[in-house]
Amino acid sequence: MSEHVEVRHGAYHDSVTLMQVSRDVSAVEGVTAAQAAMGTELNLELLRDMGFEPPSAGANDLVVAVRASDDDAVRRAVDALEAALLQPAGGNGGIAGEQSPPRTVGSAARRTAADVALVSVPGAHAFTEAMDALEAGLSVMVFSDNVPVEQEVRLKDEGARRGLLVMGPDCGTAVVGGVGLGFANAVRPGPVGLVAASGTGAQQLMCLLDTRAVGVSHCLGVGGRDLSATVGGRATRQALAMLDEDPATELIVLVSKPPDPAVAADITAYAEKLSTPVLLALLGPGHDDLTAVARRTVEATGATWAEPWSWDEQPVPARAGSLRGLFAGGTLCDEAMVIAADELGPITSNIALRPDWAIGTDLRSDGHTMLDLGDDAFTHGRAHPMIDQRGRLERIAAEAADTACSVVLLDVVLGHGAHPDPASELAPALVAARDSVRAAGRGELAVVVSLCATEDDPQDSRKQAEALHGAGAAVFLSNAAAARRGVELSRGRS
Amino acid sequence: MTLLDGDLRVVSAGVPLLAEAVAGQAVPVTQVDWRPPLGPEGTEVALARVMADPRREEANAAAVSRLLAAGAELVDVRPAADALDLSAGEFLHAGPPIGWDRASGPLRGALIGAMLFEGLADTPEQAEAALVGGDGITLDPCHHHGTVGPMAGVVSAGMWLFELRDPVHGGTAFCSLNEGLGKVLRYGAYGPEVVDRLHWMADVLGPLLQKAVRAHGPVDVKAIATQMLQMGDEGHNRNRAGTLMFLRELLPDLIDSGEPAAAVAESVRFVGGNDHFFLNLGMPACKLATDAARDVPGSTLVVAMARNGTDFGIQVSGTGDRWFTGPADTPNGLYLGSFGPDDANPDIGDSAITETGGIGGFAMAAAPAIVRFVGGAVPDAIEATRSMYEITLAEHPAYQIPVLDFRGTPTGIDATLVVRTGLLPHINTGMAGKVAGTGQVGAGIVNPPAEIFPAALEALAELAPPW
Repeated sequence: MSEHVEVRHGAYHDSVTLMQVSRDVSAVEGVTAAQAAMGTELNLELLRDMGFEPPSAGANDLVVAVRASDDDAVRRAVDALEAALLQPAGGNGGIAGEQSPPRTVGSAARRTAADVALVSVPGAHAFTEAMDALEAGLSVMVFSDNVPVEQEVRLKDEGARRGLLVMGPDCGTAVVGGVGLGFANAVRPGPVGLVAASGTGAQQLMCLLDTRAVGVSHCLGVGGRDLSATVGGRATRQALAMLDEDPATELIVLVSKPPDPAVAADITAYAEKLSTPVLLALLGPGHDDLTAVARRTVEATGATWAEPWSWDEQPVPARAGSLRGLFAGGTLCDEAMVIAADELGPITSNIALRPDWAIGTDLRSDGHTMLDLGDDAFTHGRAHPMIDQRGRLERIAAEAADTACSVVLLDVVLGHGAHPDPASELAPALVAARDSVRAAGRGELAVVVSLCATEDDPQDSRKQAEALHGAGAAVFLSNAAAARRGVELSRGRS
Repeated sequence: MTLLDGDLRVVSAGVPLLAEAVAGQAVPVTQVDWRPPLGPEGTEVALARVMADPRREEANAAAVSRLLAAGAELVDVRPAADALDLSAGEFLHAGPPIGWDRASGPLRGALIGAMLFEGLADTPEQAEAALVGGDGITLDPCHHHGTVGPMAGVVSAGMWLFELRDPVHGGTAFCSLNEGLGKVLRYGAYGPEVVDRLHWMADVLGPLLQKAVRAHGPVDVKAIATQMLQMGDEGHNRNRAGTLMFLRELLPDLIDSGEPAAAVAESVRFVGGNDHFFLNLGMPACKLATDAARDVPGSTLVVAMARNGTDFGIQVSGTGDRWFTGPADTPNGLYLGSFGPDDANPDIGDSAITETGGIGGFAMAAAPAIVRFVGGAVPDAIEATRSMYEITLAEHPAYQIPVLDFRGTPTGIDATLVVRTGLLPHINTGMAGKVAGTGQVGAGIVNPPAEIFPAALEALAELAPPW
């Protein structure tokens, strides 16, 4: 055992440095006890407790004490002490350093000025972030679904009180001043302002307007429940008022499923008082389809209508059979079902038009079937099918293997937020599906694609259409036209 | 309605792809580092309920503005028997309520020392037996008496207290006189030198300070705290500048007290040689501020964080005097002499009132001299302070941090923000030996147990109006 006690006069170090140095020295192999500390009474007392004989020293003297297995170990300890005392400050030296990202919407808004919060956290948590956004003075788009309706009402009341708009919950699409939020196609600026309770419905309408060079000022989503009796059109009224005041908006189109009758009357009365004309576009059985709405809208702006572009040369299927629609957009699925049911009768679905047409719990297609694959029943924790197509690719193969199936109808939604190159995955899957039907001696499997897209979408809509057409699909920009084509083909007509 | 005017700027919380889609349109977007809330499943329900409470926003604004506006003046120095009406056998302690049976080593040691100091026992063994028996003994938290005590926080009738008053709201707060470092009562030591020092403090130091303070008139403690943050102190683990400024303020009246020069010199030497003397003034200053913010219905502001060596407890403005407690963690830090992690007691003391009031660990960036407690370099200290802005309601208008461009310290912990961010308050602290009688073994940093914040949230949710 070897000991070393040393006093360094006037060698001041702060106590934290010295505690750290002591720790480093104690860690040297062979060292059993070590302390480097200023010679205060307390520290000398600590030395005595450690079994050292404290030297005579004052508070401005550094006292070093080491006990180790042998002289070599003591020498190593003193070397370690010198090294530790000389050690530079460490870190990157910069005072500021990299700041950690904000953990809440409120914090983000305090750090940098913002106008709108896009909330897509799981539904159970969305209310908290959305409320925080409103308190920070931001309008908010709640992309999340599964938000309880009482939370939606509270958010919208709070937004209205503060003059801020709450879009959603379950709002998939908005365009604000040309900026797409959520899933949104790249549309040109123009005179039409949309208030939409349906995300893909709004996308389809904007894309069809775009084909006639009619642009959009803003598209404000309100969430699918806004016109229900419970929510009472709270956000719709606000959005209508905002567009009415907006100098860029000359015509307002309100896109929604048929609302609660009392709410509909209320909204209609409200719309009539605005200085900007409001075109009501209610979706569902007995109402115009979105293509017809687009035509009305285009003509209301004074432009002329022409049928949207399509690329339709399709071998006639060998026989009539079941139509199978595999949709990423709920409203597009709904519209296709309304059109098909008129001609074909019952359409089995997870979002069925009538309760007795609901798909079985095994989710197997039965007769003419159309599915909203964005529904929880199909996503199974995967992202939305506009982003993650795996579920749909599997379903295409499954439908092709079903001998009853003769036509597959798909929507392909392009734009901001969507898959960067959906055709790169769909085209091979369609080729494989059609090959498998042919190989099984079942003739041709017909494929119809409803392409919801504009020329300016980041995915290059022309290339997407070419790839899908190259895989044997008939491609339509109008979802309604695609659905009608699918109906004809399923009847064995060319 | 500004949403439709001008260039859009976006904050995104959730799916990164949606933020990327916005950024891809050359639009500025800030992505939130969102995570699910702290706590068991179902916490999100309580959280939403509290977020929906229509009283919350105004209640928090009112509570935190009271916290920020509170002043703190030292107005007197008095024995606890006089100031708090304590009698022999009545002891106050740090943290939430606790009995002898669950008390930690340092709290037991301090109680033994206080028994000896009060003359209620002749030996530690006798003291312990009396405390175990409990006859004629009462234990009560300092916080229940407008008082705060560092570490064990034991206050008995014969100990002298600082008395501080908030001239803005009229509150009063008390704290013991600081004994120095090492073998001291608050760290659980009770040897003869500890008890002798307490007697000297009661017989010489206390009366002298009383005379000087009464001659001087109110001493503005908040003003000293403000200055010390610009002189390298953070007000919890470093109080050097504050101590010397306080001494400077009182020195003429000490000298002029008419007491024997030797007693004055001894007292001045004691205060000047004890870098933590000001801690016991900063703590009651923060206590005045947080007490001013108490009992605002609907407020989620944390008004006390305190530890008794066994439990860590918080109180929240909107839930009154209720404590939400969990097991105290053991600090992480540096050790004196040959002490190591095995020697340290779990977190103890009311001194986390400094962090509750916006200084201490929350002002870590102001104290580069002690940044190594937080694991190393100056940027870590700055990040420690910066991260606390994520869980606080305000920036303190008086307490400022030079290296952050004199930004106010993060002040006013919001229980909802702690739960939402998962960031626990950053507390600087001393470490007591876990065996009674040991004294201080080190200093470092510690966090509260995470579960007490969701527990407070559940209670706030029960008090919130229905949907």
